[in-house]
Amino acid sequence: MEQTKNITDKDIQSLVGNLLRAGVYISMVIVVLGGIIYLSEHGSEKIDYAEFSFNKVSLKTVETIFANVLTFRGAAVVQFGLLMLIFTPIARVLMAVVTFFLEKDYLYVLIGLIVLAIIMVSLSGGFAH
Amino acid sequence: MSVLLFTLIVLIGAFLAGFLGSLTGLGGGVIIIPLLTLGLGVDIHYAIGASIISVIATSTGSAAAYVKEGLTNMRIGMFLEIATTVGAILGAVIAVYLNAGYVAVIFGCILIFSSLMTLKKKVDHTTLEYTSKGAKFFKLNGSYPNQGVVTPYAVKNVAGGFFMMLFAGTLSGLLGIGSGALKVIAMDNIMRLPFKVSTTTSNFMMGVTAAASAVVYLHRGQIDPGIAMPVCIGVLIGATVGAKVLVKAKTDKLKMIFAVVVTILALQMIYKGLTGGF
Repeated sequence: MEQTKNITDKDIQSLVGNLLRAGVYISMVIVVLGGIIYLSEHGSEKIDYAEFSFNKVSLKTVETIFANVLTFRGAAVVQFGLLMLIFTPIARVLMAVVTFFLEKDYLYVLIGLIVLAIIMVSLSGGFAH
Repeated sequence: MSVLLFTLIVLIGAFLAGFLGSLTGLGGGVIIIPLLTLGLGVDIHYAIGASIISVIATSTGSAAAYVKEGLTNMRIGMFLEIATTVGAILGAVIAVYLNAGYVAVIFGCILIFSSLMTLKKKVDHTTLEYTSKGAKFFKLNGSYPNQGVVTPYAVKNVAGGFFMMLFAGTLSGLLGIGSGALKVIAMDNIMRLPFKVSTTTSNFMMGVTAAASAVVYLHRGQIDPGIAMPVCIGVLIGATVGAKVLVKAKTDKLKMIFAVVVTILALQMIYKGLTGGF
């Protein structure tokens, strides 16, 4: 119990800092690996980015990205890495909520949950169409 | 152009964008978008999607360092994130309905504004008048290490700062940029935070803000792995190198030259946007 009582802003800061760094490193490694696979598959093809179309990118949701990552196709691995990158700051908010809870700062637990709720609604695809 | 060649060009361009963006304080996103659209003929929707990913990568990377130094005010960050995430989603949704030409015009205007802001001499607005009820209620007043001395500061006009952040978030979501310039105005001029705290806290919030709009862009099919991959790798490496050089370099002249270049790019974006080039 002694430990949870003594959690200070400094501890939180150090923990949050480490989480952010680890998240960026891990996701970038995945993106680089995916990129190498992607180039080996598509490197000699012609690019087609002059006109945006909703259907050109097939991996657009959390579910399809998770379902396809183990195929180890380049695009799927890159999208998975990008998704991990997107999750990093979101995980940071989640962690802040937990630590504010341990600090018994319930106002900031609530504020953090509001931020999370906003992002979750967006993640469910509610705003995309 | 082949995918391989495109990837290489974008990698180099993104590296330079990240490097210069970090040296000048303008951010990588505002440079990579003109490069992709004007330089390589990429549709602005894809450019914005890739840029927002690079914003997450660079801001999260540097936020990690700042948070550890105790410069970031995490409560202010969390509190204002409500405004920036709502704004970011709003912006990303507006982008769906807005003609690409208009997006380019708004982008050009923000680009000019941001580059002017980097040239402006910063005026310290900090105060020790603990009069704001909002700041007291939300426990926003704080202190930070300033040349080894713990220096306290009082926060003012919480509501004003909150609305400015809503606006900054909307532009971030609409244009796929970090909109650091606007965030710093909200915190320096309106809420009266010290520079070190406002810059680092703005950086801290950028990741979550960008993540909120990135999710909308992902669902919309605007995040293409073939573009986002070289953009985020290049910008992140460039920004990391830039941050290392920044400590030693004199940036005043560089900022000046860069502001001119960026303004020319911005005018080109506006012109193309108005004449239906997007």
